[in-house]
Amino acid sequence: MLEVSPAIFWLISAVVIGSALAVVLSKNIVHSALFLVVSFIAVAGVYALLGVDFIAAVQILVYAGAIAILLVFGIMLTKRGDMRDTNLFNQYKYLGLFVSVAFLAVTVYMISLSDLPAVTGEMGSVIRLIAIDLFGNFVIPFESAAILLLVAMVGAVMLARGGNKEQ
Amino acid sequence: MTGIGLEHYLILAALVFTIGFYGAVAKKNAIAVLMGVELMLNAVNINMVAFNRFLNADVAMGFVFAIFVIVVAASEVAVGLAIIMKIYRERLVTNVDDIDWLKW
Repeated sequence: MLEVSPAIFWLISAVVIGSALAVVLSKNIVHSALFLVVSFIAVAGVYALLGVDFIAAVQILVYAGAIAILLVFGIMLTKRGDMRDTNLFNQYKYLGLFVSVAFLAVTVYMISLSDLPAVTGEMGSVIRLIAIDLFGNFVIPFESAAILLLVAMVGAVMLARGGNKEQ
Repeated sequence: MTGIGLEHYLILAALVFTIGFYGAVAKKNAIAVLMGVELMLNAVNINMVAFNRFLNADVAMGFVFAIFVIVVAASEVAVGLAIIMKIYRERLVTNVDDIDWLKW
């Protein structure tokens, strides 16, 4: 099951990397948001390649569905009129590039040094494994995550509501 | 060209993380910074799922943590956008260089 065709992996990786680069390099922030959706869906393809269909579905639902729409809403509510040149670099363009490339070089070097065991264990039903862990060993973090979502929702509503100016 | 191993996924995740980091550090628009953070969280998720899949496929701990990362990312982007919108309403800016009122 792990023996995916290399061509599919390279294709999906090229889409992930290319759209992620387009997110950062695009000068129009609406284009950035659209490429972000492409990147999220391609990452869901990576999960599908790994055989983890549940995470792929959650990725498409939550990231490409909810988070991207929230970001587009944010863009639409904070920008007026012309969208050109709405997504420029700040003064750290070259310094940030240097730090990023240095970090990437170190990381890739460490990955190439490390001796990674290639265990190709067969995996049963992913959803069954996830459910056993999520509602067994991790039930307290699961409930905490639910409370976190509630608190974030209330906080976002309170922050974006507009204060007491109108009252 | 042999099969695709764990290191391919790790390098893919490192590339996505680096691109997201660059976007989070070097962009002017606060929403673009949030997009960079989302890319970084995606890269972390790729790492978790790949490690779980290749190193120990009998347990689902990495998958569960990937789900928790997705939950935290969703709440983070909701609160972050609410803060950005509040700042925009007060000061009409979304440029992170202009949001420096805490600086003395």
